[in-house]
Formats: sequence, C-alpha cells, structure tokens
Amino acid sequence: MSRSAEGLQKALSEIPALYEEFKTDVRVLGENESVNQSLERAGRVDDFFQLGMLMCVDALQREESCGAHFREEYQTPEGEALRRDDEFSYVSAWEWTGEEPVLHREPLEFEFVTPTTRSYK
Amino acid sequence: MNITLQVWRQPGPSSPGGFATYLVEDVSPDMSFLEMLDVLNERLVLQGEEPITFESDCREGICGACGVMINGLPHGPQLGTATCQLHMRKFSDGDTITVEPWRAAAFPVVKDLMVDRSAFDRIIEAGGYISVNTGSTPDANEIPVPKPVADTAFDAAACIGCGACVAACPNGAANLFTAAKVAHLNLLPQGQPERWDRVVAMVDTMEEFFGSCTNHGECEKACPKSISIDFIAMLNHDYVKAKFKNRRLVAQQG
Repeated sequence: MSRSAEGLQKALSEIPALYEEFKTDVRVLGENESVNQSLERAGRVDDFFQLGMLMCVDALQREESCGAHFREEYQTPEGEALRRDDEFSYVSAWEWTGEEPVLHREPLEFEFVTPTTRSYK
Repeated sequence: MNITLQVWRQPGPSSPGGFATYLVEDVSPDMSFLEMLDVLNERLVLQGEEPITFESDCREGICGACGVMINGLPHGPQLGTATCQLHMRKFSDGDTITVEPWRAAAFPVVKDLMVDRSAFDRIIEAGGYISVNTGSTPDANEIPVPKPVADTAFDAAACIGCGACVAACPNGAANLFTAAKVAHLNLLPQGQPERWDRVVAMVDTMEEFFGSCTNHGECEKACPKSISIDFIAMLNHDYVKAKFKNRRLVAQQG
C-alpha cells in the first residue's frame, strides 16, 4: 500500500468528473415529509466525495513518508519510510471554504520523546 | 431462487399501511435476508419506485437494528439469530414470504419495516448503568466473581436490545429485555450499590410503556441471543426483594 504524487494527481483529476456525474445522475426517490433513507445515503456519498478529494489533497501536500503513510518518492535506499520531521511535524487542519480547502498548520512540539525512525534491526 | 415477498409498506406513523407484493427473481441461496432486500430495493429504485425502508447496521448479529417479522416470527424461522444472519438457503424456490415490522404498541412504525424502539431507551435511562465510582481497571482476580456468576452475567449481557422479545409476546411485554439489562449489572460487584434502586426504577419504567408478563415464553424462543426466561424470574425476585430492602442499610446487607 503506497501513494505517489503522480497517482494522487491522477485521482484528483478523475474524482471531480465522478462527483459531477453523481450530482447530476443520482436517483433519490421518496419525499421530504417522511423518513428518507435514500436521501440520507445520497448525502453521505456526497460527503465521501468531498472527503475523498480532501484526503488526496492532504496526501499530496505531505511530502514525506510516515509509517504506513508511505509516499513512494520518500523512501530510504532499503525501501523503508523516510520521515521528514523537520518540515512536516505539524497537523494539517484544512479549512472548508466551499472552494479550495485552506491549510492551517498546527505544529507538533515534542519535549521529552522525539519522533524517530523505527528500526527492527 | 424466485421468491414472492409480501412486504408491509407504510408511509409514516399516522398513515395507513398495507401489504405490497414483489416478485424477486434470481435470488442466490447464499444471500442473507437483508441482502435479498437490498437487491429488491436496487431494482425498485431503477423502476422509479421508492425502496423499502428497513434498518440495519452491523449485519453480523450484534447491533440489534435489523429485526423484522418474517412469516410471523421475529427474525424469521432460524433460532438464535438476528434477521441479518438468516440466509435465503433456509427458504425454498417459489416460497412466498411475509415481511412485517415489529408488532407492538410500544414500538410505533416510523416507516415500512422501521419502528421506533426508544421505549427501550427510557428503561435503560432509568437504571441500566453504574454511576458509582468503580475506580480504574482492577488487577485480575482482585474482585472475586465466581465463574458461574460471571457466565450468567455475560449471558444476560448478550442482549442486543433488538425488541424481538416484545414483538413475540402476545402481551407486548418487555420483561426479557428488562430482565437481561438488570441482571447483567445486578449480578456483578460493581452493580451492587445501586442494585435495589435499579430494579425498581427499570421495572416501573417498563410498566409505563409495555404490557405485563404472563410467562408465555415466546420471548425466549424469539431471542436472537437465546436469553433464558430464567432472567425474568431473577428480575421478579430482585424486584420483590427491593421492596423490603432498607436502602440506607445496604452496606450492612440490611
């Protein structure tokens, strides 16, 4: 399981078309006056599209590997995850604007135990 | 398999309902009952007909959301399982199957096969919890609980709150549900400080919403977790005992 800038950009170029197809072609039956499970599910799928695209944006912006969050461009000569804590030691909080999501960096500060590369050797 | 379904359709709580007949063709015997309903719903959507509303969540028999009456039996003909664990291989090609929501005044129909089971929540709110401080996780065997007691508490805790017991009961009683929820706390040490208040509060709340138990035993048969009606006897025993207890002397076994 891994990700690369190329794959993420491909996903980001293809998901909007699927999302557009969903928004124009989805068939939601029933009405507003009673419980409507179709509407409930369609709303969730709509959320998943937006969340899915945001996850791609976030993964693309994070140019490092971190354990199972493995970016193919960032690996050691032995193929292990290459951390870049100097540049990416922050939580990415994405602001919903309705248009492009806006990144807010919340720095992670470690006082006593600092992140290191795990080695089983 | 080709199956004919007679499904209860009801637009809302105050609208009249009725049976609708659907022929479901090419049903795999390996499908669960809910998957068969999913397939029917997908076909209904393509035909422009509103899909059948039914509840489900875990689809592995532990959440209690999916209960419906199948041929007049809660969760269908297979004993000790929920609707989601029933497979179409239990039926035969050409069968007609009747599917209805839970039949109980305390569980009003929300829509089609979906009912409102919040009367159960009222019972739990009355005492189905432990609110005394039990501290952090104790070391193993620090609080001795005899094996048969632990096993019995666990059997009671298997209740998933699906409502099959109520739906099966000719009186619409919730005694098996309440008994299970009371027993799994009242049997264990952490449940003792509130034991007597709990049983009185939960039984009294149950009586507000549900009918009375007359020991038909239908609940035990319908229960997807096969919870024994012995728990109802324990419930009655604790309820009567609570009436004689001086709660201020509980710490002295008063």
